[in-house]
Amino acid sequence: MADNVRFTLNDRPVEIVGVPPMTTLLDWLRDHRGLRGTKEGCAEGDCGACTVVLEREGRRDAVNSCIVLLGQLDGQSVRTVEGLRGADGGPHLVQTAMAEADATQCGFCTPGFVMSAVAYASSGGTADPEAIHEALAGNLCRCTGYRPIVEAMTRIAGLAVEPPPAPSLEARTGSVAFDGAFFAPRSLEELLALRSAHPDALLLAGGTDLGLLASRERKPPKAVIHLAHVPELAAISATADKITIGAAVTYEAAAPTLIETFPALRAYLSRLGSRQIRNMGTIGGNIGTASPIGDMPPVLLALEASLTLVSKRGTREVLLDDFFLDYRKTALAPDEIILNLSMPRLWEGETFHCDKVSKRRDQDISTVAGAYRVRIRNGKIEDARLAFGGMAATPRRAPAAEAALLKDGFAAAIAAIETDFTPLDDWRGSAAYRLRIAANLLRRLELRLAEPGRVLEVEAL
Amino acid sequence: MSGKVHTAQRHDSALKHVTGQALYIDDMPEPPGTLHGALVLSRVACGKLVRLDTAFAASMPGVVAVLGPQDIPGRNDIAAIGKNEPLFATDRIEFAGQTLAMVVAESLDTARAAAEKVVVEIEAEEAVLDIETALARESYVQAPATIVRGDPETVLASAPHRITAEFSVGGQEHFYLEGQIAFALPGEDGDITVHSSTQHPTEVQHVCARLLDCDFNRVTVVVRRLGGGFGGKESNASWVAAAAAVAASHTGRPVKLRLPREVDMLTTGKRHGFDYRYTVGFDDDGRVLALDAVLAADAGWSLDMTPGVVTRALTHTDNAYWIPHFRAVGYACRTNKQSNTAFRGFGGPQGVVVMEDALDRIALHLGRDPVEVRALNFYAEGRDETPYGQTVDENHLERCWAEVKAGGELERRRAEIDAFNATNPVLKRGLGLFPLKFGISFNLPHMNQAGALVHVYTDGSIRLNHGGTEMGQGLFIKVAQVVAEVFKVDVERIRPSATSTAEVPNTSPTAASTGSDLNGWAAWDAANTIRSRMVAFAAEHFGVAEADIEFADGNVRIARPGSNQVLSFGELAKLCWLGRVSLSATGYYKTPKIHWDPVAMHGRPFFYFSFGAAMAEVAIDTLTGESRVLRADLVQDCGESLNPAIDLGQIEGAFVQGQGWLTCEELWWDAKGRLRTAGPSTYKIPGSRDVPPVFNVRLLDHAPSREATIFRSKAVGEPPLMLATAVWTALKDAIGAAGNGRVPVRLDAPATPERVLAAVEQVRRETRTAAP
Repeated sequence: MADNVRFTLNDRPVEIVGVPPMTTLLDWLRDHRGLRGTKEGCAEGDCGACTVVLEREGRRDAVNSCIVLLGQLDGQSVRTVEGLRGADGGPHLVQTAMAEADATQCGFCTPGFVMSAVAYASSGGTADPEAIHEALAGNLCRCTGYRPIVEAMTRIAGLAVEPPPAPSLEARTGSVAFDGAFFAPRSLEELLALRSAHPDALLLAGGTDLGLLASRERKPPKAVIHLAHVPELAAISATADKITIGAAVTYEAAAPTLIETFPALRAYLSRLGSRQIRNMGTIGGNIGTASPIGDMPPVLLALEASLTLVSKRGTREVLLDDFFLDYRKTALAPDEIILNLSMPRLWEGETFHCDKVSKRRDQDISTVAGAYRVRIRNGKIEDARLAFGGMAATPRRAPAAEAALLKDGFAAAIAAIETDFTPLDDWRGSAAYRLRIAANLLRRLELRLAEPGRVLEVEAL
Repeated sequence: MSGKVHTAQRHDSALKHVTGQALYIDDMPEPPGTLHGALVLSRVACGKLVRLDTAFAASMPGVVAVLGPQDIPGRNDIAAIGKNEPLFATDRIEFAGQTLAMVVAESLDTARAAAEKVVVEIEAEEAVLDIETALARESYVQAPATIVRGDPETVLASAPHRITAEFSVGGQEHFYLEGQIAFALPGEDGDITVHSSTQHPTEVQHVCARLLDCDFNRVTVVVRRLGGGFGGKESNASWVAAAAAVAASHTGRPVKLRLPREVDMLTTGKRHGFDYRYTVGFDDDGRVLALDAVLAADAGWSLDMTPGVVTRALTHTDNAYWIPHFRAVGYACRTNKQSNTAFRGFGGPQGVVVMEDALDRIALHLGRDPVEVRALNFYAEGRDETPYGQTVDENHLERCWAEVKAGGELERRRAEIDAFNATNPVLKRGLGLFPLKFGISFNLPHMNQAGALVHVYTDGSIRLNHGGTEMGQGLFIKVAQVVAEVFKVDVERIRPSATSTAEVPNTSPTAASTGSDLNGWAAWDAANTIRSRMVAFAAEHFGVAEADIEFADGNVRIARPGSNQVLSFGELAKLCWLGRVSLSATGYYKTPKIHWDPVAMHGRPFFYFSFGAAMAEVAIDTLTGESRVLRADLVQDCGESLNPAIDLGQIEGAFVQGQGWLTCEELWWDAKGRLRTAGPSTYKIPGSRDVPPVFNVRLLDHAPSREATIFRSKAVGEPPLMLATAVWTALKDAIGAAGNGRVPVRLDAPATPERVLAAVEQVRRETRTAAP
């Protein structure tokens, strides 16, 4: 199975020899390839200065090159700022638009913005400011105040752009291992065998968390099992009762199904990470890392999600309620993987809402996230699942508030929430504030249910 | 002729920025043998260093040296203006993040891995982590400074109304996208060339020489561009460069030191947070009679540039307002935190907030309109001397105020917002206005000087060098426009070159908004010297009077009766060379009229004032404390702008940066004094969605500077940052509307959702208590 990582860089095939597959794309571009237009601003996937474009399946996706490992690029096609050309061989029209709009000052963040803009414009991005902000949420600029960047994005929106060229590489059919450490199985069977044989290898889906080990911590994992090429993990299915999302499906790929089924997720998902993060990150990863402040777990808890866990020993279904055991501890056995997660569709009378409170609206980690599925029939609350993130060592439901809500209504639930959680103080908020927010989010929910359509959030103004 | 002054010109590097071809220091090709540095930091905020064992780290493969204080040939002191700020700690540990040693290795990863293997033992002591504690212990980095006029005590005692209030504002991380970096290359005879991402090449030169124990002439500092500075690359760039220089000197090999983001944020100083307490006395109309204010700055562990920051805060406490009896005392509190430093506005933003808070409270107390109460107190004729003795002339306050009120449709929107608030219990909107007066010049008169070096080549192309650094603010294009204007050639003929201590010596930092004021004039002087020589030569050569020689559109016209002659600028340059005329000149400028007595805190520290006004509208959520800026209208005085496109970018960018300071950007230290918001995942600067969706920015029309500034333009770098104060005022307005609108609001900055919610709840409690 030994082989080298091969991918396409700016239309030319490259083969990685003598550089570990755990090397980040950014380091490789800058230090091994001498392409220094792509910048390191933070090495944690939060500033976007390192943004490059992955050209795949007819799309152009912006990703943070600082947290993509070379092994993940096998068979992919990468474009950097150096690989942009206009029809006349000069600068690309996105580059000219940025320059003409006075959208650069110090210029350090600029290549990253250019690549996000290229991905946006060539994916049919419009001049809608909301959509532009969503596309730019993963790029920070400290000089311009963004107005001219947004203006440049507006100018290039809707311009017909050729679809990306197909990668010039033949697709692999079998599993590979790079350096005997980066395992890229191509079937579930192989995946389970590897998982069993290498219990210490980390599971790598999109790498938006794991990649930080290589980029920021400078301690790349010794071994990883890459999940992106296992078809069973990449599947999305929908039945009359439920939807099922493969554990390695990216947020961007899962979004249409999720939003169609649960419309309240539209705004919520637009605030989850950034476009770059959602192009790589997966829901399975968000569950697997078991962060107490992950954005998806409260949503999935409220939606009564269940997980399919698979190992060579067999398959089992686990309710997400029973999956998070303690801080960063889950019910996943060392030889198991998360195959997929399923959420039942809403029943008649059920509504679903979710909220996220953070210091910055976009691309921030929640101080508190709340998600609620409530069934009301004949004016009576029959069932409620209220789940919160940021309130405890794990994302959790609020059993006391749920019970109080069913029994005595919202005022009781709001009062009861204090008994459900003992949150911590940290830089995102004090314990007292978190408790207050959780209570007030229930108040917001009450108002929402009482008067659907009423404007209750500043973002809606 | 392209690129005339007063026209919109694109940043000279714009196309290089967008194509990725603009070279930053980390992008420069490394010569063979280049080494990389990594710092060893203290994790303890206060204590005594008892052990620093580098043996294991030094033995790791690829490690070339582990440098500590004993490896510094000269003085272990990186202080900008103070003394005893060691590069590597020797004994005392003063903050978590203090540099203890540096590993130099063949690769960056090796250096970082080895830095983690240096064994550090520190006997921890109790740390002072906030202003309040420092004040209580009288722990200062300098003696308190005071500006006083009249008899505030007596006047306050007899004033018809008196209000005392307290609040605080937080610091701010610069978050330049390019982290601190320096690349030092050793030459012969101990010479060293340092590429530094610095706003102050001369200070880098001095600090490197101090640590290397060599003459200044051995150190050449070169700066082509910075990936953002904002004040964060003044004193802080110097020690980074000095560390690289010491390592290069020690190993005899090129050494690059680039701070990873977290190390950058842990080691470098930030904007000073301030605590305030003031008493203001006023009459029945809301006219301020006296102010007695205490401004206490969190200096961090050392002096750095805190004296200047405190002085600027005190000289801007009056902001736009005539305060007959005035006292402002500035404390520079010593805490066990990063040593706070310059940041765009340099204390000005922390000064101007005082009166804004006071005037809102005065208006509320009297039941009057805060907008009118502000205008009532503006500096005006006969009420035009600042508490430190400078006369406010060329006063554009009324004009800016009127324009921002009209452009922002104040009356209509005030009514609309009040109606909205009356019917919305959850969401509240608020409006805030802010007038600005900001003094331009370094507070220290001697810093207000600049030099330039201009060469004209025999093809008519021109090379421009000056002491200012390009950090994105568009200084190079502005100064190039000035030179183009002198020679009347296309600006493309001017080649701005990297700032270098070898070309223009003894420079001031590019700071205090003075970049184009100082360097523009210096370059004008150099260019004009050459032009005069060319004119004199041409007059003699063509046998005409000097007045008959005209530079225009890249040409030189020689008016001779009956036979006018036109040469290209290059042709005349060539003729001059053949005629043995020097086509190279230095230029120099010193700001006139300024003087300052730092003891009496009196004088004319500023060549002129810049004015502006802002109106901001916000919305808050009284359930979560989340807020949003819905609209901002700004008017900024740029004199006769050298380059309206660049100035517009400065205004917009500064405003958003100021908005971030006052809203989402929160520095958070844990109980042990460790900064826990040391990266963009935890420290949140504004993103594109945070910019007001309606953002109307205009430069004040027809306002050429009365003083003899370069082409009657005015500085623009810092003033508009303070316009964001309107956002803070608007938030307080919205919070007040959550109660009955008659309860004063205390809102500490940054106004995070948590602080907004706390203020809302406070207002509601007080409203209930006050209810009959």
